[in-house]
Amino acid sequence: MAILSQTEAQAILKKVLSFSKADECEATLNGQTGGNVRSARNAISTSGGIDNVALTVESRFGKRSGVATCNQFDDATLRNCVQRAEEIARLAPESPEYMPLLGPQKYLASPQSFAKATADITPDYRATQVGASMKLCDEKKLTSAAFLNDSAGFVAKRNSKGLEAYQQVSGLEFSITVRTPDGTGSGYATADYNDASKFDARRLTQIAADKAAGSRNAQALEPGKYTVILEPAALVANTDASLLAALMGALDARNADEGRSFLSKKGGGNRKGEKLFDERVTIYSDPTHPEIADLTFSGDGRPQQKMTWIEKGVVKNLYTSRYWAQKAGIPDIPRPGGWIMEGGTQSTADLIKGTQRGILVTRLWYIRPVDPQTLLYTGLTRDGTFYIENGKIKHPVKNFRFNESPIIMLNNLEAIGKPVRVGGNLVPPLKIRDFTFTSLSDAV
Amino acid sequence: MQPRYDSCVNWLQLADCRPILSFDFHSSITQTFTFLKRRDFVGLTGLATGAMFLPSVPGFGGELIDPARLLEQVDPAIKKRLADSALNAAKSAGATYADVRIGRYLNQSIFTREKQVQNIANGESYGAGIRVIANGTWGFAATNTVTEAGMAKAAQLAVQIAKANSKVQKEPVKLAPQKGYGEVTWKTPIQVNAFEVPIKDKVDLLLAANAKALDNGANFVNSALFQINEQKYFASTDGSYIDQDIHRIWPTLGVTAIDRASGKFRTREALSSPMGMGYEYMQPKAQDKIAGPAGTGLVGYKYSYDMLEDATLAAKQAKEKITAKSVTPGKYDLVLDPNHLGLTIHESIGHATELDRVLGYEANYAGTSFATQEWKAKNQPYGSKLVNIIADKTQPGSLGAVGYDDEGVKTKQWDIIKDGKLVDYQKIRDQAHIVGQNESDGCCYSQSWEDVQFQRMANISLKPGTEKMSVDQMISNVDKGIYIAGRGSFSIDQQRYNSQFGGTVFYAIEKGKIAGMLEDVAYQTNTVEFWNSCSAICDQSDYRLFGSFFDGKGQPPQVSAVSHGSSTTRFNAVNVINTARKIG
Repeated sequence: MAILSQTEAQAILKKVLSFSKADECEATLNGQTGGNVRSARNAISTSGGIDNVALTVESRFGKRSGVATCNQFDDATLRNCVQRAEEIARLAPESPEYMPLLGPQKYLASPQSFAKATADITPDYRATQVGASMKLCDEKKLTSAAFLNDSAGFVAKRNSKGLEAYQQVSGLEFSITVRTPDGTGSGYATADYNDASKFDARRLTQIAADKAAGSRNAQALEPGKYTVILEPAALVANTDASLLAALMGALDARNADEGRSFLSKKGGGNRKGEKLFDERVTIYSDPTHPEIADLTFSGDGRPQQKMTWIEKGVVKNLYTSRYWAQKAGIPDIPRPGGWIMEGGTQSTADLIKGTQRGILVTRLWYIRPVDPQTLLYTGLTRDGTFYIENGKIKHPVKNFRFNESPIIMLNNLEAIGKPVRVGGNLVPPLKIRDFTFTSLSDAV
Repeated sequence: MQPRYDSCVNWLQLADCRPILSFDFHSSITQTFTFLKRRDFVGLTGLATGAMFLPSVPGFGGELIDPARLLEQVDPAIKKRLADSALNAAKSAGATYADVRIGRYLNQSIFTREKQVQNIANGESYGAGIRVIANGTWGFAATNTVTEAGMAKAAQLAVQIAKANSKVQKEPVKLAPQKGYGEVTWKTPIQVNAFEVPIKDKVDLLLAANAKALDNGANFVNSALFQINEQKYFASTDGSYIDQDIHRIWPTLGVTAIDRASGKFRTREALSSPMGMGYEYMQPKAQDKIAGPAGTGLVGYKYSYDMLEDATLAAKQAKEKITAKSVTPGKYDLVLDPNHLGLTIHESIGHATELDRVLGYEANYAGTSFATQEWKAKNQPYGSKLVNIIADKTQPGSLGAVGYDDEGVKTKQWDIIKDGKLVDYQKIRDQAHIVGQNESDGCCYSQSWEDVQFQRMANISLKPGTEKMSVDQMISNVDKGIYIAGRGSFSIDQQRYNSQFGGTVFYAIEKGKIAGMLEDVAYQTNTVEFWNSCSAICDQSDYRLFGSFFDGKGQPPQVSAVSHGSSTTRFNAVNVINTARKIG
């Protein structure tokens, strides 16, 4: 039920539109089937599943809009859902930022956004994967806590102006924290895929287990400015805010134009076109990229194209709402899904080899904005922090708190490694000089 | 799915900005509204730029409904019949224990910016969750088919899952005994049901607050009002049938001032608190106002909030923040307002004393705790002798107050820290035996009918000082210090040692007096050092509740609402850093 075909989905949407008495109407179907397993102390602690298709109807009378949802698709329920959206629209205040619904659009094909292997996952598959992970930790007398979550589904849209969209998507994410029984060592690994056939819990568990065993009895270093190698999971987190996602989340044109963004210009306007980062920094998005294939339309139906955001350190494009694009007379570009930071060919191991003195950071944690003016963020290292000397990992070090801005960080760039997928993005490990650690933490 | 995560620094303005759950705490809307999840595509067009729709946070989600339906109730006799069908089905299928939660979760959210309404959403989510023990193992299933047949089917599924999971179970579940209460009810003691107040009145209030901010020099202002009603029916094979009607409300605003010439901008957040109250919280009363330190103009709010007054002061303070002196880093005595200190209590004591975190069940997410049973056994001080922390699920007006928790345990109050020493943890029925206790503390909660209940933080509060002391008296004793009010940046490590907190306004204290506004202030501290530096606490007359709707925990994450009460408190010689940076 959860993954309707394009024909089935559009048939429901056509029927919904036929029931509409509003000036404009847009209907979206969103279906998902999937499940999760959580473990702690080398035992499964909870598990859950989801299998649902939901319809969202937005009806508009003039500049008034109402939304209603339902998850059954017989004629009576559909009719009722449309009526509720219309009733709510009549009660709503007029929106001063009204934009008419979009007409027909052309969308890119991105077939790799969906993988059958992910859709075919069974409870047995999840138990087997997590079981293999727990077994490895049992054998090594380590204790693990992990979370596996997968889903497959589709999105379909249709509106009264002729817009029509359909795409299938799937995804799987896994994360694991492995700790030593005495609590002095902790390691972490995470990965996400569209295609579950690439997933191997045991391989990721091995990485976390090695980090846990290797991070026992960490030594304290003085806080201060250090050369660091930030692994991709330290740059983008799939459960937390992060330094690079913070930067990508701050490329909104309206905030910049309104004077409340690091991209606002003194005296008015924004800093699009200025070189704000090291010239090796290039970030673009491409919803058809095979490794991070994504939806090729945005929530409001605008096409997601290949788009360059930062090129050789220069801010090339800002995203915007349709309303602001029209009002400000600027290009109408939706916020991207996943994005790609260009890198080189070196692995994290290669970056370590080329480092005389520095600190390897597995991940950063509890990352929160401190000052939106400079995009200053704080947070801590976690689950595997190591001192590097003469190209080798010398010993584990105690965790640090950092206070750092991605803008400053991307101006202190020493080297860029080979991008890997994290949280639906392609992110390279980065070697950064003068990264600011402001205090020590006893946390393991 | 795990979300693509980032914070919308300027909430409500960004298209595709949606609320999601984070791993831990959200002190304000600023940190709560985050970008569209990759796999949680809702596909709304977003009529206004910031048109908000809240599909994914239970308590804010559900099916969108006509506001009139927010006043409806389901007859408890019907719920009892439905619950019995589930309990009987579970027992027949082999469950040794079962509980049923039939929940109707209602919400209304109103969002405005400057002179316009951005969105009004009314949501309802109705269904039932059934939890069972079979073969010594938990099983859980939920359904939105709230009929006798639907409930029975879900109960059978829960038993099937329990039996399947029992194959990999290492130790059977041990539940602390719990007597049945028969048919009982509990209701949040509200005076005015917020859902009975016309939407127009609420919109007018928010727009009036925005107008006050704009009239007083603000460049931008966002305001919002959230109202929650949980109609929860709990029944268990212990013989309880508990009908509860729980209300919560949260007004908030953020006021931004901009200096185009310098390119500087600053935001001052509201000094309101989410409360376990009705609309009476929105009706200001003189007896609920507590004057802040002389020279700051600040007002603290107890059981009612003056949104117009706060919006006016917020605009003036946002402007003043732009030219305020940047702090000189160093050691300062901190005087912390309850609307600020609540978050520090939450992070450094509330989470650290949750037994599941202590035991490692949250290791892969928000982490574990330094306050292990071994650490507790050493009997070393968590804080100075002045520090007394209580856990409480009964305090009127608090977000955590309920008559019974989500596994049918009557709620209570208990000590966590006494005279500076850790004396107890927070635990539920299947954890009590681990610390040799034969009853639950009654702090089990689920964010909705479709999620399984687990241990959640009780209200964790600092007892006021026993000697008479006002905030001005406290400040008069401080030679070199900083007064901090409200919520700012916050971060703590995964074992709750090292934290960094900001605020929304900061004032220098010099030789016993407030000496002007400061900016770029954050303090970095170690939990045990910090609480041991506690040197004075104002008396009961200064006591207020801080709270959050969005304490996040678990995988998949669930939110919970919790309050933290305190009076203004002094901490000596805390390390303060300067957070200003220069960028190209």
